[in-house]
Amino acid sequence: MRKWTKVWVAAFLLIGIVAGAAAAQEIVVGLNAELTGSIPVVGQSSRNGAQLAVDEINAAGGLEVGGRRYTIRLIVEDNKDDAASAVAATTKLITQNQVIAVIGPNASRNAVPAAQIAENFRTPMISPWSTNPTTTAGKRYVFRAAFIDDFQGEVVAAFARNNLGAQTAAVLFDIASEYNKGIAEVFRRSFEALGGRVVAWETYTTGDRDFSSQLTNIRAANPDVLFLPNYYSEVPLQVQQAQRLGIKATFIGSDSWGFAELLTLGGSALEGSYYTTHYAADIATPKAQAFIAAYEARYGSKPDDVAALTYDSMHMLFHALQKAGRVDREAVRNALASITDFEGVTGTMRFEGTGDPIKSAVVVQIKDGQFRYFDSVAP
Amino acid sequence: MEFWLQQTLNALQLGSIYALIALGYTMVYGILRLINFAHGDIFMVGAFIGLAGAVWLKLPIVPTLLFTMACTALLGVTIERLAYKPLRNAPRVSAVITALGVGIFLEHFVLGTVGAQSRAFPALIAAQRFDLPGGLTISSVQLLIIGVSVLLMLALDWFIRGTLTGMAMRAISWDRSVVPLMGISVDRIISLTFAIGSGLAAAGGVLFGQAYPIIDPYMGILVGWKAFIAAVVGGIGNVRGAMLGGYILGMTEIYVAAVLPSTYRDFVAFTLLLLLLVFRPTGILGRVQAQKV
Repeated sequence: MRKWTKVWVAAFLLIGIVAGAAAAQEIVVGLNAELTGSIPVVGQSSRNGAQLAVDEINAAGGLEVGGRRYTIRLIVEDNKDDAASAVAATTKLITQNQVIAVIGPNASRNAVPAAQIAENFRTPMISPWSTNPTTTAGKRYVFRAAFIDDFQGEVVAAFARNNLGAQTAAVLFDIASEYNKGIAEVFRRSFEALGGRVVAWETYTTGDRDFSSQLTNIRAANPDVLFLPNYYSEVPLQVQQAQRLGIKATFIGSDSWGFAELLTLGGSALEGSYYTTHYAADIATPKAQAFIAAYEARYGSKPDDVAALTYDSMHMLFHALQKAGRVDREAVRNALASITDFEGVTGTMRFEGTGDPIKSAVVVQIKDGQFRYFDSVAP
Repeated sequence: MEFWLQQTLNALQLGSIYALIALGYTMVYGILRLINFAHGDIFMVGAFIGLAGAVWLKLPIVPTLLFTMACTALLGVTIERLAYKPLRNAPRVSAVITALGVGIFLEHFVLGTVGAQSRAFPALIAAQRFDLPGGLTISSVQLLIIGVSVLLMLALDWFIRGTLTGMAMRAISWDRSVVPLMGISVDRIISLTFAIGSGLAAAGGVLFGQAYPIIDPYMGILVGWKAFIAAVVGGIGNVRGAMLGGYILGMTEIYVAAVLPSTYRDFVAFTLLLLLLVFRPTGILGRVQAQKV
C-alpha cells in the first residue's frame, strides 16, 4: 500500500511539474463576450475574431516576449449580455484563470461595470466595441479599440460640411436612447462650429413608426443633409417616409447603420446615403484584406465591426506584450498606454494619456445596394 | 397654411389605420360587452398573412387585401369559437383575461414560426408623388390608405344601417336577451361580428405594411392600445364613433408632434383625450348605458 501511495504522489508531482513547465510557456488571455442573451451575434463575432488572432499567432510558432516564445491560450467566458454576469466573468478570468489581460465585454452596458473590476485588480482590459465614454473614463487599466461617440458626431459633421459641402442640416433622432441623443448633440455642436446651420431638430421615441409630422417640419426647413443617428430597424422607415414627402436632402448616419439588415429592409431608398463607422469590409489596406480573406475562409462570412475590433484588440495586446518584454500586468498596461503607432484592421491607433484610441473613422456609402468604402476621416 | 394642410394629410393616413382597427374593438364590445385585447395581435397576424400573400403568392394589391381579410376573418371566428364562446356566461373578467392570453399566444406563435427579426413588406403599388398646387405633396401610398379605408368604412356603415343582418347586430347590442325571441341566431351574428372586425383589422395590417413597411410580431401591441383608446374616445360600442375616434387620435398625435418635441406628444395627446373623457365619459358618440340589475 505504502509503495503505491509513493508512486501516486510521485506521478502527481511529475504531472504538476510538466503542467507547470507547460504553463510557463503559455500566456493566458481572457475573452468576456456576449455569447447568449439579446445580442448573440456580437459575442459570436467577437469570439471568432479573437480565436482567429490566437490561432494565427500559435501557427506561426507563438509570440516572442523578451526572447522567449510563448503560445497563447484563449479562455472564453459568456457574460449573457448581463452586467452582473459580466462582472462575474471578468472576476473569474482575473482571479481564477490568472489571465494577463481581459478582452471585452463589448456592449457598454456590460463593459462599464466590468471595467471597474479590471481596474480594481490592476489588470489590463480592452473593450473592442464599447463606445460610451464612461467605460474608460478615469481608469488606468482600461482601454478600448473603438472610437467614442463624441468623436463620431464630430466626424459626421466634418464630413457633411467639408466633403458634401452642406450649408444646412436637419437631425431626426430617438430622444429616448442615450446613444442616438449623444451623437445628435455632438453633431449639432460640431456642425455649427464649422460654420453650418442646423435648421431642423426633430425627435421621436423608441418604437415609433410614423415620422410624417417631424419630416414635414424638416421638409419646410429644406436642409442639404438629413442626419439620422438611429438603429437599423428604424432608419429604412424614416428614409422611405422622407422620400414620400419629397425631401431631397442627402441622408447620413452613424455606426448603428452597419448591419446587413439595413439593406434588406431599406432597399433602394438608401441608395447614395453615407454613414460613419469603424471599418469597411472592402477597405483597401493589405492588412485588412489579409484579415478579411482569412476570416472568410474560416467562418464563411464577411467579418463585421465587432469581429474586426476584437481582432485588433488581440493584436494590440500582443503588440504591448512584445513591447513590455515580460509577461506582467503592470508592464503590459504601461506598454498599452504608450502605443504610438499601432496599425490594425480598423485603422491606425495611438493612445495619449487615456484609454481611448485616437484613430480615424471610415465613411461608407450605400451604392448598388451594398456597403462601399468611401473615405477615411482622421481626427 | 400649406404646412397644416400637409400635416392634415399625414394625420388622415395615420387616423385611417387607427379607425380600421378601432372598429373591431367597438363592434365586439357593442355585441358582447367584451374588450377583445387580442385585437391588436389579430391586426399583426393580418399584416403577416398579407406579407405571405404578397411574397409567396405574388398577389397584387386588391387580391392581397381580399385574401388577407378572408383568412384573418376566419382566424377571428375561430378564436371566438374556441376561446370566448365557452366563457359566454362566465364572469366578464374571465373573458378579458382569456383575450389577453389569446393575444400573447398569437404574438409568440408568429415569433416561433416566423422569427423575431423584422420583415420588410414589399410595396404593392408604384411609389409616386403628386405635387398639388399650394406646395402640398400627396403620395400614392397615402391615396391608397385613405381611399381604401374610407371605402371600407362606408361599406360597413351601409351594412349596419341598411341591411337586416345589420339591424340584428344593432338589436343584439341593444338587448341580447330579447333577440333570440325574434328567431335570430345570436351565435351566427356574433361570429359575423368577429369576422368583420378581424377582416377590417387585416385590411389595416396590409395598409400599415404599405405605409410603414417593416413589420414584426410585437407591432400589434402599441397600435392596438392606441386603436382601443380611439374606440373609447369615439364612444365604445358605436361604429361611427370608432371611425371618428381614429381620426381624432391621428390628428392629435400628428399636430402635437409638429409643434412640440416627441416626448411631449403622447403626454399631451393623451391628456387631451382624458380631458375629453372627463367631460363626456361615454365618448363623443357613446350613449349612456343603464346598468341592468
